[in-house]
Amino acid sequence: MSLLKEPDYGTPAKDGPATVSVEVDGLRISVPDGTSVMRAAALAGVDIPKLCATDTLEAFGSCRLCLVEIGGRRGTPASCTTPAADGMVVHTQTPKVAKLRENVMELYISDHPLDCLTCPANGDCELQDMAGVVGLRQVRYGYEGANHLDAVKDVSNPYFDFDPSKCIACSRCVRACGEVQGTFALTIEGRGFASKVSPGAGESFMDSECVSCGACVQACPTSTLQERSVVELGVPTRSVITTCAYCGVGCSFKAELRGDEVVRMVPLKDGGANEGHSCVKGRFAFGYATHPDRALRPMVRENITDPWREVEWDEAIGTVARRMLEIKQRYGTGAIGAITSSRCTNEEVYVVQKMVRAAFGNNNVDTCARVCHSPTGYGLKQTFGESAGTQDFRSVAQADVIMVIGANPTDGHPVFASRMKQRLREGAKLIVADPRRIDLVRSPHIEADHHLQLKPGTNVAIVNAMAHVVVTEGLTDASFVAARCEGFDEWAEFISRPENSPEAVEPITGVPAEEVRAAARLYAQGGNGAIYYGLGVTEHSQGSTMVMGMANLAMACGNIGHEGVGVNPLRGQNNVQGACDMGSFPHELSGYRHVSDDAARKVFENLWGTVLLPEPGLRIPNMFDAAIEGTFRGLFVHGEDIAQSDPNFHHVSAALGAMELVVVQDLFLNETSKFAHVFLPGASFLEKDGTFTNAERRINRVRAVMKPKSAKHEWEIVCEIATAMGYPMGYDHPSQIMDEIASVTPTFAGVSFKKLDQVGSIQWPCDEHAPDGTPIMHVESFTRGLGRFVPTPFVPTDERSTRRYPLILTTGRILSQYNVGAQTRRTANVAWHSEDLLEIHPHDAEVRGITDGAEVTLASRVGETTLHAQLSERMPTGVVYTTFHHPISGTNVLTTENSDWATNCPEYKVTAVQVALTHPTSGQHVESEADRVLAWGLVD
Amino acid sequence: MSHNEPAELRMVHDIIVNLQYLPAEQAATAVADHVKRFWDPRMKRRLIELVAAETEPLDPVVVAAAALLP
Repeated sequence: MSLLKEPDYGTPAKDGPATVSVEVDGLRISVPDGTSVMRAAALAGVDIPKLCATDTLEAFGSCRLCLVEIGGRRGTPASCTTPAADGMVVHTQTPKVAKLRENVMELYISDHPLDCLTCPANGDCELQDMAGVVGLRQVRYGYEGANHLDAVKDVSNPYFDFDPSKCIACSRCVRACGEVQGTFALTIEGRGFASKVSPGAGESFMDSECVSCGACVQACPTSTLQERSVVELGVPTRSVITTCAYCGVGCSFKAELRGDEVVRMVPLKDGGANEGHSCVKGRFAFGYATHPDRALRPMVRENITDPWREVEWDEAIGTVARRMLEIKQRYGTGAIGAITSSRCTNEEVYVVQKMVRAAFGNNNVDTCARVCHSPTGYGLKQTFGESAGTQDFRSVAQADVIMVIGANPTDGHPVFASRMKQRLREGAKLIVADPRRIDLVRSPHIEADHHLQLKPGTNVAIVNAMAHVVVTEGLTDASFVAARCEGFDEWAEFISRPENSPEAVEPITGVPAEEVRAAARLYAQGGNGAIYYGLGVTEHSQGSTMVMGMANLAMACGNIGHEGVGVNPLRGQNNVQGACDMGSFPHELSGYRHVSDDAARKVFENLWGTVLLPEPGLRIPNMFDAAIEGTFRGLFVHGEDIAQSDPNFHHVSAALGAMELVVVQDLFLNETSKFAHVFLPGASFLEKDGTFTNAERRINRVRAVMKPKSAKHEWEIVCEIATAMGYPMGYDHPSQIMDEIASVTPTFAGVSFKKLDQVGSIQWPCDEHAPDGTPIMHVESFTRGLGRFVPTPFVPTDERSTRRYPLILTTGRILSQYNVGAQTRRTANVAWHSEDLLEIHPHDAEVRGITDGAEVTLASRVGETTLHAQLSERMPTGVVYTTFHHPISGTNVLTTENSDWATNCPEYKVTAVQVALTHPTSGQHVESEADRVLAWGLVD
Repeated sequence: MSHNEPAELRMVHDIIVNLQYLPAEQAATAVADHVKRFWDPRMKRRLIELVAAETEPLDPVVVAAAALLP
């Protein structure tokens, strides 16, 4: 398509029926109460000139360009700040307003460089457009007077420039930073003629609190804030609407191109998940797709100690098929398997699991969700009957109490965090349960009402204590429970036991009982209560228990089944939900139907023409165990770097090293490829055609903006492997794969590319009962009928701090980096995070002689690594924190094989460690064992 | 519980402690159901073998659950 310019109605839409009727230049239009005259006019097809107004921001009324005349009223009010009133007659073009606009524009241009022909925004500049619209023909004031033309450009940010000489002080950037992003990094400094946009207190953008979300750049009506890529490449000429491939928010973007080159990614206002907002990753960090490190040719080698040999596709695919068949013949059907990726499309994931079940002939398929959100699938299925979050993102706007547990949305899910912060600024209450003082606990205009700073590994004790308060203080929603749920009495008896009281668990969790009681009362009585959670819930030995504990709490308080409530997983990767939906788990076919379900299996057997096994296959950790044991010998790894991301690297490397065939398909030669015998080049999201499903079950189209750099689509490669193994698999287009998914998956029955192209996105279930999809689940009844209360006894993790390992390590993400960093490390995002750091409380650092920036050795019972220390009071004493974005840090050298009891999701969030200076000097005090015992009271 | 014990025994112990709210007989059934629903056949076989070998005293629920596996 040509360059897509989304309509801008000037001011935001208002909810409600269109009861206000106005006439604009003779055109009648009815709008909801509160709608501005500017928006009403735009809806009637009349564009009023504007500069400071845009429909993503509240009206500001500063530019004085949108003046109109209104019948029966005096003066020339600004149409952006004037609400439409019933019977109003508006004139947008009169000699009086035309003259005023021309004079205003003349003043703007008198302090603006007349370099349009060489300006990077030439042709994409609202100031330029408005000068034409108002008919400006002369500027009488000259440049002799005071002006801003010599203002110094700020090029500190790697992605955009700030040229204050072009600024018209409309405050759109400042308002976008506050209203949309919620960071408040920008301000207008000075008064009158000295007014100027300033990041922070006169700092550069890079040194300020700016998070580079791009909202200011998008809002800027001139070239004052301009993408560096536009400066370098020119204004784009065409757009392709697609979906971001980073986190589980799944933002819609316009990929704007010149030819086949992506100039910039611009968030789509019409995007259901993001509604025009973005973060630094999705907006700017796409350069990895064309990074020279991309491996674009298939490669094979006999042994992992041999050098790689580039080969043609036929040889690579033939090698995979032949060696997989040989292993199968030698060791049995169960000796081979595959791992699907949450970074790949639904269609790609579906064909991989189909290859495993139909061509490999077993159920040894698992997905990287095993190591992140598999407890979500288990826990929500057990309690609600569906392995998915309950709400759409929009729902948070109706929440009165927001509880964030084990998630750090401002870093991990920044675009959703901005929505959440908007609601918090409107007055919603906030409860944060996290060992670390995340940004949400206290940031501009936001402060958590309760920060439950629990010890790592004690989530279940906290949620049980909250539920204990709800039940014993009579705060349950009795009518909801009676009508919608089962198992309440047994659960209530369990949860009311004294051992679950806040007072009883205080020594375990470290959270004062009164704080827990107050938080529980707030959640139960504060109106709509919404729970949002992340990997700080799931990646524990009781991850599944905690998911069920939160579901219990929500049901007990009636916080399910309508807007503003729910239990909402914030998925880590872009297609975690979709990869799980597509039948990636070894025990489930697509749509979460167990492989032992004869009727479900029959559907696939009839379509695929083969017999499927009724018993589950191996999960990822089981694959590693079986590899070391010798019964699992061949693995296809699709778009995942298990050697870096999975826990206990020594165990993983021993397993991979024991295999006869490891096939890696990825963009780059990664850590896992060091153990691989065949490397198949993958495609970036800019080369893919398909769908992703985000954390709110929203199925979004992914559209290719360029051909696959390796010449083949990933789904094609998988089909060719299956075919070469003797099971013919083929499609002409990924839309046919989605058609097949819809034909065998009841929750996707109404989904097709055609429909997605028509409506933009669909939230499953989408079937004959819900042809437009299901934004909110469990409205009338739960998917399983009655919601099920499940007792959730707290079982402490086996991972304990000891004298040898007195600290607890927990892990997380940072805003600028993504997962193992394979993509973001290959972008300018390294400017913000060039290495993983160890956050440690100053007291813990002091007793070890550690200063800020010192190199420290971090050791657990399974391994050790070296990092630089960052002293931080975000951490409580006794807990240290790091990220895992850089392979050199080897964070997962440390993490253990402890895992969730129900799903085997690894316990990344709790590892007992010791920290010591790597090179202690004689002057530095190093904590002795006696010191540690005195300080911590710890014993082995 | 030791990290040196076989993975299948460690995993089944983890399941049992999380189903501790159930009476022993129901717990055995629930454990067996969980194993049937989520474990690969070779893991099930290995568990049955480990229980049969009785190299160390086992939780009666483990023994009862193993008896319910095909």
